[in-house]
Amino acid sequence: MNTLLSSKKPILKVSNLKQYFIVKREALFQPKQVVKAVDGISFDLYPGETLSIVGESGCGKSTTGRSILHLDEPTEGEILYKDVSLTEMSKKELRNIRGDIQVIFQDPFASLNPRRTIRQMLDEAMAIQKVLPPKQREARMLELMQNVGLRPEYLERYPHEFSGGQRQRIGIARALAVNPKVIICDEAVSALDVSIQAQILNLLKRLQNDFDLTFLFISHDLSIVKHISDRVMVMYLGKIVEISDKASLFKNPLHPYTKALLSAIPVIDQTIKRERILLKGDVPSPLNPPTGCRFHTRCPFATDLCRDEEPLLRELESGHLVACHFAEKLSAI
Amino acid sequence: MTKSIAIEEATELVSIRRKLRKEKRQLFFRTIGQNKAAVVGGFIILFYLSLTILAPVLAPFDPFEIELEDKLQGPSTEHWMGTDDKGRDILSRILYGSRLSLAVGFSSVLFGAFFGILLGLIAGYYGKWVDTIISRSLDVMLAFPGILLALAIISALGPSLINVTIAVGVFSIPLFARIVRGSTMEVKNLEYIDAIRTLGANDFIIIFRHIFPNILSPIIVQGSLRLATAILSAAGLSFLGLGAQPPSPEWGAMLSSGRDFLFTAPYMAIFPGIMISVLVLGFNLFGDGLRDALDPRMKK
Repeated sequence: MNTLLSSKKPILKVSNLKQYFIVKREALFQPKQVVKAVDGISFDLYPGETLSIVGESGCGKSTTGRSILHLDEPTEGEILYKDVSLTEMSKKELRNIRGDIQVIFQDPFASLNPRRTIRQMLDEAMAIQKVLPPKQREARMLELMQNVGLRPEYLERYPHEFSGGQRQRIGIARALAVNPKVIICDEAVSALDVSIQAQILNLLKRLQNDFDLTFLFISHDLSIVKHISDRVMVMYLGKIVEISDKASLFKNPLHPYTKALLSAIPVIDQTIKRERILLKGDVPSPLNPPTGCRFHTRCPFATDLCRDEEPLLRELESGHLVACHFAEKLSAI
Repeated sequence: MTKSIAIEEATELVSIRRKLRKEKRQLFFRTIGQNKAAVVGGFIILFYLSLTILAPVLAPFDPFEIELEDKLQGPSTEHWMGTDDKGRDILSRILYGSRLSLAVGFSSVLFGAFFGILLGLIAGYYGKWVDTIISRSLDVMLAFPGILLALAIISALGPSLINVTIAVGVFSIPLFARIVRGSTMEVKNLEYIDAIRTLGANDFIIIFRHIFPNILSPIIVQGSLRLATAILSAAGLSFLGLGAQPPSPEWGAMLSSGRDFLFTAPYMAIFPGIMISVLVLGFNLFGDGLRDALDPRMKK
């Protein structure tokens, strides 16, 4: 897998992406505070793969997605889509290319305009990106509805007439309407029931095959990530701590944070005894992140080196990158 | 899917769509019909509108004809609401006056709503310094009591009914703008706006096709309340002699001329007064009911 991936050209290349948010000062005369939601991350997304971003809430995984989509203008860094920089584009150029990168949101209740029928939504999406001339859109809409497993007469309905799972399908249909290449799934199944989750995940997988889609799958649910991804990226406090293909990451996690995360996946087989690694304390505030390695405040193996020097993301095994000073030593444990 | 099936389905879809539209219309009337107060309000407004249209047919006399020998007569079979100090038939004057009041009300609210909505959408959507400039300017306007602002505008433009309309419209702007700005800020952060942005929609589409329809309810409610206030303010300004000039049968002006005869001929002031209050009540009741019926989420 890895050799195959690295031989391909990345469809999306994120380099040194930073997304800072300025929050209101707490009191007069105090300096304005900056939340470093995403603090200099770089990764590549290869055509046809599913790259998952995992991490606790507040680690910057959703912000990464929003920055790529330019819903929030990135503070710094570059996003290359097919070798074209999205960050340097004019507003108009960006609008035209936007159809290629679509998003499926977490909340199926908030992501559909309550005053527009499904027909209006799909038609508008195609009209904005000039996908098809008006006369051919009707047939395409019926096709889309079939693709996502909805009955064609639902086109006339409003979002409030659907269940959560159905709405998510509508969201997927809307994204597909503009023939995207990359779809960012921002917690796309987190708000759904487990049984519906499975349906939607299978739908996504099928669509990926049928339409050659590339997924950036943002989730906090490791069992879903394990099911759907090709590669996994673990984030902690705005930084990438580990990025690797799925098999290697789940079998041999190198970063202590990843180890702790993976140990939190519940196991059904009671005969397997597994040691749960419990992390002490909370995630530090991104307003005032720790020096050196951001994880050192909670890492059981932290040393002075970790406190002083920030570990760089380095390739330890082929295609398995980790940001820890002691990854070699720890992998033995 | 073969072509014939697709066509069949498409024609079927058209009929389904028609049926659904009809159902939607029916639902609107049913929802608003369930609200008794709204029905009453609606009938009051309809009543006034029909007076406006039918005034030339219904009015028994010429509203401007002075018959000095008939002056200050109480209500009688000939003059249902009596006559004023110049012997003009009050009923006829009130009927013609309804045209003035409704016209002033509607045009000033449309004027205020148009600019208010535009400013509110721009301030709410773009935020930052655009919002600061617009909001602070609106605060300045809001700092004046409405009637004082209207007085200032009229003293600059000169007393006339058209200037009253402008003045009442102008002091409606900040009220609309504020409500629209707040709702816009709320709606623009919702995920469906993000979704439409990722599709590549420009600001115009986002603002007018996606944000605006979703903030209509508060605008409609505000609009109906403003209609009531605008009619009241216009009458008030005319009462002060700044709006409609005699012999115009504007209700506020009639009220004003009735003031001098409050003890000897109270009906001169009572009837225009009743007309104003009932109309204001009607708009208030109707606006509330309209809000409930217009919101598709209120459907069961």
